[in-house]
Amino acid sequence: MYDFISGPLVWVAFLVFFGGLLYKFVTTYAAARREKVVLPTFSLKHGLRSLAHWVIPFRNRNTRLRPIFTLVSFGFHTCLLVTPLFLMAHNVLWRRAFGVSLPSIPDPLADVMTVIVILGGAFFFARRIAVPVVRYVSDWKDFVLLLVAVAPFVTGFLSTHQVLPGEKLLILHIVTGVAWLVIIPFTRIVHMLWYPFTRAFMGSEFGAVRHARDW
Amino acid sequence: MQVPEVPKEIPRIEDPGIDQRLEEISLEEVERVIVETLDKEAAARLKVYLETCVHCGLCSEGCHYFLSHDKDPRYAPVSKVKQTLWEMARRKGKVDKEFLRNAARIAFLECGACRRCSMYCPFGIDIAYMTMLVRRIFHKLKMVPQNLQDTVNSHSVTMNQMWVQQDEWIDTLQWQEEETRDEYPAARIPLEKEGAEIMYSVIGPEPKILAQLLGNISLIMTAAGYDWTMPATDGWDNSNMAMYSGDFEIMARVEKLHWETAQRLRVKRVVMGECGHAFRGAVYDGPRWLGWTEPPIPMVHAIEFYYELLKEGRIKVREKYKKPVTIQDPCNTVRGRGLGDKLRYIMDMLCEDFRDVNPNQEHNYCCGAGGGLINCGPNWKKVRMWGNRVKAEQLEATGAQIVCTPCHNCHSGIEDIIGHYKLGMHVKFISEILVEVMEKP
Repeated sequence: MYDFISGPLVWVAFLVFFGGLLYKFVTTYAAARREKVVLPTFSLKHGLRSLAHWVIPFRNRNTRLRPIFTLVSFGFHTCLLVTPLFLMAHNVLWRRAFGVSLPSIPDPLADVMTVIVILGGAFFFARRIAVPVVRYVSDWKDFVLLLVAVAPFVTGFLSTHQVLPGEKLLILHIVTGVAWLVIIPFTRIVHMLWYPFTRAFMGSEFGAVRHARDW
Repeated sequence: MQVPEVPKEIPRIEDPGIDQRLEEISLEEVERVIVETLDKEAAARLKVYLETCVHCGLCSEGCHYFLSHDKDPRYAPVSKVKQTLWEMARRKGKVDKEFLRNAARIAFLECGACRRCSMYCPFGIDIAYMTMLVRRIFHKLKMVPQNLQDTVNSHSVTMNQMWVQQDEWIDTLQWQEEETRDEYPAARIPLEKEGAEIMYSVIGPEPKILAQLLGNISLIMTAAGYDWTMPATDGWDNSNMAMYSGDFEIMARVEKLHWETAQRLRVKRVVMGECGHAFRGAVYDGPRWLGWTEPPIPMVHAIEFYYELLKEGRIKVREKYKKPVTIQDPCNTVRGRGLGDKLRYIMDMLCEDFRDVNPNQEHNYCCGAGGGLINCGPNWKKVRMWGNRVKAEQLEATGAQIVCTPCHNCHSGIEDIIGHYKLGMHVKFISEILVEVMEKP
């Protein structure tokens, strides 16, 4: 069971993840070419300028109006992206499989970051229920996606700390990790791919076309 | 300031353009038009926006409707898309008539496409674009608020917004020239002068109901010593309500004639009066539909023009305006052209007691009249007023007596807000203040 899950299933996960993102990118690019206004609007300078004002917290008005949400969201997303990439346990597996790996962060730091992801996820979940406008536009998929996104972190944390002995939690972690990867291209989590493009587009629309600021 | 009560549920507003059409139209036609528009006319942008929106609700802070309705969730930008495009896309056009009635009200009256929300969405999703897409669908369904459609019909027949006939146009110009010459004999409104440096284009309402503005510009141009002209033919109107009803074909026809007129007169640049949407139509939306990246001749908005006049010292200020003045940052000239700094330069030059609004510049609230809103007619006025209490609060906080509105729609919209909320202020165009304080040689 472990061999299958950590072998062929992981291959499938990454193929679907990269393949899916590539498919989305290629088909959308083709559609963008047909919609004549889109591609000529992009301006590298203005796109980057807008990104700089949104990727760095508190450089735009809305993050300044919502400091708590901003801190939670930035913390959540940063830890979400950094932890799986720089976790020592993952890098050991890469090294074993392909002989190469990324640098690793110390395990206590990874623990803290994992907890930040889990708490951030809890914050978003609660917010989606408690804040009226968010609740109004949410459906069951929004809640499920959040759970799927956080699940690998929960199972990973529990598995690392051997809350239950044996392989069960590890297998669960890999399975939730696979689920996480394969849904990304086909659900709203694809915002991870589109974020720089929509931001750069609006930055170009406001900045290059209309000489105004979009932050 | 007084705040009249706002009903929890907006009452049904009668509008023959929507009501009568709803009675006639078949649901098959609705389905066909929606699917066709979403498939053929909206491609990458709509798909990416619908996929990327994570339903976070951060855009809500951007919308004056949401804020003025005390954060009623139905008025957030994302909620407006939910009540229109999400359903249309999800159900593949199989929507019912009550849905359409609601969606029409949202798209035509509860969003002015002012683009403030795009500055609050972390992804920069263009929610105004999606509102315009819904309006496009309604235009193709021939379901447009009656007053707005009448305005578009006027554009279609007379190439101007106010059913002005060609002889009325020339008469009005000559009348205003005469009036201005009473005070200032050198004033002229040169008509059909080929090769002039500037063609001045105005918006439809000016000859019809604000003719004194034509007199004003005659005085200003002559005093500043510009070589200018105006067309005597159709193509003088730079306004474009077709842009806001979703009738992009008429929008493009109007803009094409406007630019061809400027080209016929072989002018170096086109200066336009104080209007916001006209700039947007002439410089962005019209050219795009016509396949141009930019218009053939540079267009200069009134704000840029007055800035130039004052900066270059072509017009001197005799004595600054004394009353406390605040401003309206029109969406189409500030978010739409970054002219906020130049506007403030003008205010500092002309006014002794200028007080800025807060939030200002690109973050200013919409006036609740542009974007085709006020053109939908007086039957919808309350909807606009209920949706813009924050504007009234913003203006009151300045303590000013005068609101300078360099845009016709803002002028009317702010005037309505002042009346509805009993602010006791008055609205003025830049040119009105300028003419009062300028040195007349």
